[in-house]
Amino acid sequence: MKKKQVIVSMMSVATVGLAACGGSGEKADQKDQFSVAMVADKGGIDDKSFNQSAWEGLQAYGKDNKLQKNEGFSYLQSKSQQDYQPNLSRLARGGEDLVFGIGNTFNEDIKTVADQFKDTQFAIIDNVVEGKNVTSITFKENEGAYLAGIVAAMETKKDHIGFVGGMKMDVIERFRAGFEAGAKSVNPKIKIDIQYAEDFAAPEKGQAIAAGMYGKGADIIFPAAGGTGNGVFTEAKNRKKNGENVSVIGVDRDQKEEGMPEDVTLTSVIKRVDRAVEDTANAAKDGKLEDGKTIRYGLKEDGVDIVPSEKISKKTLTALEKAKSDVVSGKIEVPEQ
Amino acid sequence: MKLERFYGILIPILSIILGMVVGAIVMVIGGYDPIAGFDQLFYGIFGEPYSIGETLRAAAPLIFAGLAVAFAFRTGLFNIGVEGQVLVGWMVAVWIGIEFDLPMAIHLPLALIGAGLAGALWASIPGILKAKFHVHEVITSIMMNYIALYVTNDILRHVIGITNERTESVKESASLASPFLQEITDFSRLHNGIFIAVIAALVFWFILWKTTLGYELRAVGFNKNAAEYAGMGVNRNIILSFVISGVFAGLAGAMEGLGTFQNMTLNASFTGVGFDGIAVALLGANNPIGVVLAALLFAGLNIGGLSMQQIGIPPELIKIIIAFIIIFVASGYAIRLVIEKFTVKKESKKAKGAGQ
Repeated sequence: MKKKQVIVSMMSVATVGLAACGGSGEKADQKDQFSVAMVADKGGIDDKSFNQSAWEGLQAYGKDNKLQKNEGFSYLQSKSQQDYQPNLSRLARGGEDLVFGIGNTFNEDIKTVADQFKDTQFAIIDNVVEGKNVTSITFKENEGAYLAGIVAAMETKKDHIGFVGGMKMDVIERFRAGFEAGAKSVNPKIKIDIQYAEDFAAPEKGQAIAAGMYGKGADIIFPAAGGTGNGVFTEAKNRKKNGENVSVIGVDRDQKEEGMPEDVTLTSVIKRVDRAVEDTANAAKDGKLEDGKTIRYGLKEDGVDIVPSEKISKKTLTALEKAKSDVVSGKIEVPEQ
Repeated sequence: MKLERFYGILIPILSIILGMVVGAIVMVIGGYDPIAGFDQLFYGIFGEPYSIGETLRAAAPLIFAGLAVAFAFRTGLFNIGVEGQVLVGWMVAVWIGIEFDLPMAIHLPLALIGAGLAGALWASIPGILKAKFHVHEVITSIMMNYIALYVTNDILRHVIGITNERTESVKESASLASPFLQEITDFSRLHNGIFIAVIAALVFWFILWKTTLGYELRAVGFNKNAAEYAGMGVNRNIILSFVISGVFAGLAGAMEGLGTFQNMTLNASFTGVGFDGIAVALLGANNPIGVVLAALLFAGLNIGGLSMQQIGIPPELIKIIIAFIIIFVASGYAIRLVIEKFTVKKESKKAKGAGQ
């Protein structure tokens, strides 16, 4: 191994035409401490949403255990879906003890790599993968979206609201189903426009869809569409500048800032990916991770929630509290699709 | 002519070196150690059997995509629609791989042919529009990319069927996976497609330089009017060039569908294979050997770049290096001027020296 590395270093030095000086050869750093890593999906580590939240969770884990970045916790980014498997495999080879795949499309790759590295623990967010060494973490987005539906239906002046989905897939359908159920629990006759952008990274499409919905008379839109949702904010801000009273319900994180300076964010549905990652990493470190478990984070587990923003009226807040306790107690069951 | 060939090889090589030098400078500016960075990059390409396997795996679709772009370019056409042709090829390959139950000797070739035909069909549309109505192929082929993206998603959802964001896996009889190749590369996803890609490069060479059709296609590429004057059907050749280019592109999709992934996912955005193919063809000087080498280089940079993250260097750095390589290749004429200036001086000095 060492010899190979030296040859490789020499080749690299020669090829680049830099002065000699052998490589330091520090890659196969054998870690004796417990070490956790995550692979971000195509969105990148700074996507202001899902991946970023997961990384915040890992950083919190690092802080809990007084670790430095890259010594005990780290991340790898992926440029395309092709990169998921090499990234996962590289981390497992490098001796990581727990490897996260952030996003539902990691399912097949985690399954394959988990089969090859039976001594490494894996975890996937937003999907379920069978396997003794895989922990699956999913969220009850429908419960958070249910609350958003209640807020939208109670705060709308026109009894007309909208939902923009990134793509028709299970996670997004949970958002949609919960939102619809929540709104209809307040007003069964409410008009809800539903449209999908077929893209998670196209703000211009989000803006076009929002323009259509606001134009037809909706005054509150809930986007669950990643970066595409930013376009919904842009459209709402433009309209508010022109005196229209429209607003947006944020998703994944508290998106109050996205709505500034026109302040169009009514509230946000929060999905605590960070908490799930932190909890799982700590459990694994303490040896408390159960084999092949699926963990579902809902309202009850503080995995999803809604921001009690000052823009929500007292009456709505009271209704929210009641709905929350009903969902937590199981009195209300929110549909998933 | 000999000199042309010399520059044809020298400029890409110089461009690669210059691109890496710029990459090293960017690393220094960013506060990273470039020697450690390149050390890790090369380790990430050659250091382990796994990474060699993944590099070859990533090269197969890039070879096909590069050949597709290069083929059209030889006829003076710019096929930017490779990305869309990859998607339809990928989809048809997977669909045949799932739907049919046949012995491997029939099933696998059938899936490959299906993918090639799908790509050809998709590419024929901009070809026909160009030939019959003089619609610029760059515009139509770009638009066909978007149509392909959304049409394939819709067909995947409503015809082929999606569970858990992807199709079922293709049957073993249609799969390019090779347990042997996987084993010797420590369970990378390397599959038999790389051999087909190399054969395709040979076919590319054979069609263009050993057949009458190829002669005509190249003649149209050199000078459309002269070709027409010589009695060649220019319109027919434009369509044919697009169709053959589409076959290569469709097969690039088959590499992903029957090889790397064994299934197809809903795509929220382009895969990038087709666009990388443009860069591969450019660096490879539209020459089959050049395309194979350029595809290997890009695949290596992409796979090795992933491992650079382990010492904290962001993977975007590789994109910078690739971008600069392309800029240098594209400005090959400038590089040539600089070289000639130096060599001419030297030669005249030499001549003087000999005279004394």
